[in-house]
Amino acid sequence: MSEYRIQQHPILQFSLGRRVKFYFEGEALEGREGEPVAAALHAAGVKVLKYSAERERPRGFFCAIGNCSACLMRVDGRANVRTCLEPLREGMWIERQQGKGDLDA
Amino acid sequence: MLKRTGIACSEDIERARPDETRRKQGPVAWIECFREIPCDPCHDACRVGAIEEFSDINDLPCIDHEACTGCGLCVAACPGLAIFVIDETHSETQALLALPHEFTPLPDAGDEVVLMTRSGQEAGYGRVHRVQAPRAFDRTAVIWVIIPQDLVEQVRAIKPLHQVIDEEGGEKQ
Amino acid sequence: MIWMRECEVAVVGGGPAGLSAALEASTLGAEVVVLDRDDGPGGQLIKQTHRFFGSRAQHAGVRGIDIPDILTEEATEQGVEMIFGAEVAGYYPDGVLTFKKDQKWCKLRPERVIFCTGASERFLAFPGSDLPGVYGAGAVQTLMNVHGVRPGQRVLMVGAGNIGLIVSYQLLQAGVDVVAIVEAAFDIGGYAVHASKVRRLGVPIMTRHTVTRAHGQQQVEGATLMQLDEDWDPVEGTEQYVDCEAICLAVGLNPLAELMWQAGCSMAWIPQLGGYVPICDEDLQTTVEGVYVAGDASGVEEASSAMMEGRLAGLGCAHSLDRVDSDRYRQRREELLHELAALRSGPTGAKIREGLQKMQQAQPLRQVLVEGSDC
Repeated sequence: MSEYRIQQHPILQFSLGRRVKFYFEGEALEGREGEPVAAALHAAGVKVLKYSAERERPRGFFCAIGNCSACLMRVDGRANVRTCLEPLREGMWIERQQGKGDLDA
Repeated sequence: MLKRTGIACSEDIERARPDETRRKQGPVAWIECFREIPCDPCHDACRVGAIEEFSDINDLPCIDHEACTGCGLCVAACPGLAIFVIDETHSETQALLALPHEFTPLPDAGDEVVLMTRSGQEAGYGRVHRVQAPRAFDRTAVIWVIIPQDLVEQVRAIKPLHQVIDEEGGEKQ
Repeated sequence: MIWMRECEVAVVGGGPAGLSAALEASTLGAEVVVLDRDDGPGGQLIKQTHRFFGSRAQHAGVRGIDIPDILTEEATEQGVEMIFGAEVAGYYPDGVLTFKKDQKWCKLRPERVIFCTGASERFLAFPGSDLPGVYGAGAVQTLMNVHGVRPGQRVLMVGAGNIGLIVSYQLLQAGVDVVAIVEAAFDIGGYAVHASKVRRLGVPIMTRHTVTRAHGQQQVEGATLMQLDEDWDPVEGTEQYVDCEAICLAVGLNPLAELMWQAGCSMAWIPQLGGYVPICDEDLQTTVEGVYVAGDASGVEEASSAMMEGRLAGLGCAHSLDRVDSDRYRQRREELLHELAALRSGPTGAKIREGLQKMQQAQPLRQVLVEGSDC
């Protein structure tokens, strides 16, 4: 069980989706259907979501509401997906994006 | 100092402390709301009208300790978790302290708990006398803890059980 | 496919201000459409697990997370239409709002618009502040209180305003250790009761301290804290290292006012209100006729005031649409202005009062937006 997932909370009850398998950089991970991709990655211990375009600095979850661009990733071949908003689906293929993202690949 | 550290000083506590005679008569509320903020639910929570109606919502709450029955309803209702009920008649050496608690798991009556002072220092152990967590309290439990008489002005929290469990690396006993 | 329709009042943003605005206007008989980019109502309320302050009119004593349901239920009864997943991207000189919904661009032409767009989090720059593991406080709330995921096991909080204090408490509730709260100012900015409730659980609050470096190669592994001198410069020799895997920034908010810039509203720089805000009158109407603002977008404040501002803006819209007779309007307006003044009258409202005074001084004449004007 992920050390990041809250099991018990005094105020909240989380209605999580069913368990689904997805792939991050080719590795199979488990998350909850419908939760943001970035939250699923975080729960799986993945904090580095991309590298900055110029200086290749690691970037992670920052604003959580689609304002900043720290969580842009490549999802099922699409570049620049805001993973803090993108709902997780079974079998998703998630990759760290290099540079500004390639629209054609 | 409260505004630098979050810890109330003796002048602040002075204002919350009911008088000696009242304290010897049984449970009574100590309202430790020391800075004016726009907030008034404590008045509505009191069934006996001991907490005055606010003429200005920013006023500090004003309680009539004589009218207060020490029931603890205001403890659960205060959004600032700043009200405590203390019963110094529990026994010669022990007092009963009712405090708001919003952590899980909740302790059970009879459990030994770690007492925490206003500044977050551990101050020994107390024993849970009663846990009130009805629906009406909306997830703020009121825990009645038996504490040493000489700590009634210091202790204001119990250590959340999940922290105790983490530190001991074990299960709740 | 381009979708275009008209309505009487459009409310942009379904947080505390927007829902209150919609409710007020619709109760008085106006036709209201709420647009929100999220997939449900509430804005930032959906992360607020604490009981609210204020009085009954602002749902005092109710947890923030429970307020959206209360407001939405009433609004739905009044016939308010809510469109979620709708990201408003533009407001044009002909009064057309454009928004993206399901990857399609849609248009809405309202007779009145109320911008309740909220605020965005400020950032703090220091070496390593771009590392994964440095989060906005709002992001931590979203991750933890909406998605049930902890940011880490040990967190450093930067900022002792209400947000920093409340999120610290929420971290403790989620089973996270808060190693310290650092605050650059002399005093704790948030309510004393919030400070006391984290302090008594063992969280140190360090005023006159800041974070000067985040450590780690790929992600945060620790932080250096330093004391500040009279000139707000770090004091050499006061460095202390704290072990943490997350740094949470609660260093203030900026009003999200882009759409009002675009609408041609006169803006003023008022630090006490959080930065650039649209100049507006007591009824929350901006300098562009028919364009209203409420909540943090008009000046960063508490959710309780946002709700009252939303009500006032909604009332103003309904009145300007002739939906309320003047006696009832005057009475309701007085009531709301009184509530709002009360919330702001105490010591905690000093900053906002100063800001509003500046706003009054900045007040220019209202311009009527005309097609083809240079805004």
